[in-house]
Amino acid sequence: MSIDKSMNVLIVDDYKTMLRIIRNLLKQIDFHNVEEASDGTDALVKLRAGNFGLVISDWNMVPMTGLELLVEVRHDPLLKSLPFIMITAESKTENVVAAKQAGVSNYIVKPFNAETLRGKIEKVLTHA
Amino acid sequence: MLEAALLPQRLAELRTRYPASDPEMVADVVRAVLATMRGDVTAPNASLLTEVEELACTVADARAEIAALQAADIRASHIPSATDELDAIVARTAAATNTILECCETLDALGPSLAGEAARAVQDVTTKVYEACGFQDITGQRITKVVATLQAIERKVAHIIEIFGRGTNPATAPEAAHETQSLLNGPQMPASAMGQSDIDALLASFD
Repeated sequence: MSIDKSMNVLIVDDYKTMLRIIRNLLKQIDFHNVEEASDGTDALVKLRAGNFGLVISDWNMVPMTGLELLVEVRHDPLLKSLPFIMITAESKTENVVAAKQAGVSNYIVKPFNAETLRGKIEKVLTHA
Repeated sequence: MLEAALLPQRLAELRTRYPASDPEMVADVVRAVLATMRGDVTAPNASLLTEVEELACTVADARAEIAALQAADIRASHIPSATDELDAIVARTAAATNTILECCETLDALGPSLAGEAARAVQDVTTKVYEACGFQDITGQRITKVVATLQAIERKVAHIIEIFGRGTNPATAPEAAHETQSLLNGPQMPASAMGQSDIDALLASFD
């Protein structure tokens, strides 16, 4: 199954540097339509206003964390099926379990490399 | 003669009435009372008064030791200085990382003008630089954890100063953690961290 790389991707992180890194890595694997949000609240507004095919979100943000964003997305009738990848430094078992129970599509632990990002995106989008 | 049963009650009343009394002064008073009552007090009362005297001396010694530590300086100067230094590290590494990323983006932009092998080589290198720049996020989060630890120490120092009456702001109780905030632990130390393969296996166990 081929992946539509022209889809809109929303990346969410409160670290501008991290947004810049992920945007550049996505560009290298031919995802050029990338928008940014600085926290969960900002992301939710953009998701409800736009047409996105994938969310890549950090966990540790204020005022709305990535996990809270995920819960909101899964409870929204229009967004509930949206592929959602968590990229975070939170690597404890309870974090992964909580994210899975909230409906995360995949989970990437920081620091990560481009190959891991590419692999997880492909896996998530081919199963979407 | 003071009734034995009334002594603790009398002492408690005095403690309530004079909460800010200097323990050394209390010890002096007890010694003076004992000196004038040698023939009158019973053995249990004398023993109790001696213990009160020793307790007052212990408190006075502890106060002197804490004063010698200059605990107020730790709160007023050392910890704020350390947190400022750490904040400066975060700011400087962020600026340096952005400069590196700018250079990398410039190299990336050259890609289309390069021939096959050269274009691939440039992209491989820039990919590695982007990956490596992720250090700034991780170190930033680690430093934030250290700053939080320093602030916790600062609160405890303030509490100690308050207990020993050195006139400082009351220590504030830590805020109750929000339910989802309790999962925010930040980067783990390599020895205790789960790697990507561990996480993949854990996720697969749900399927």
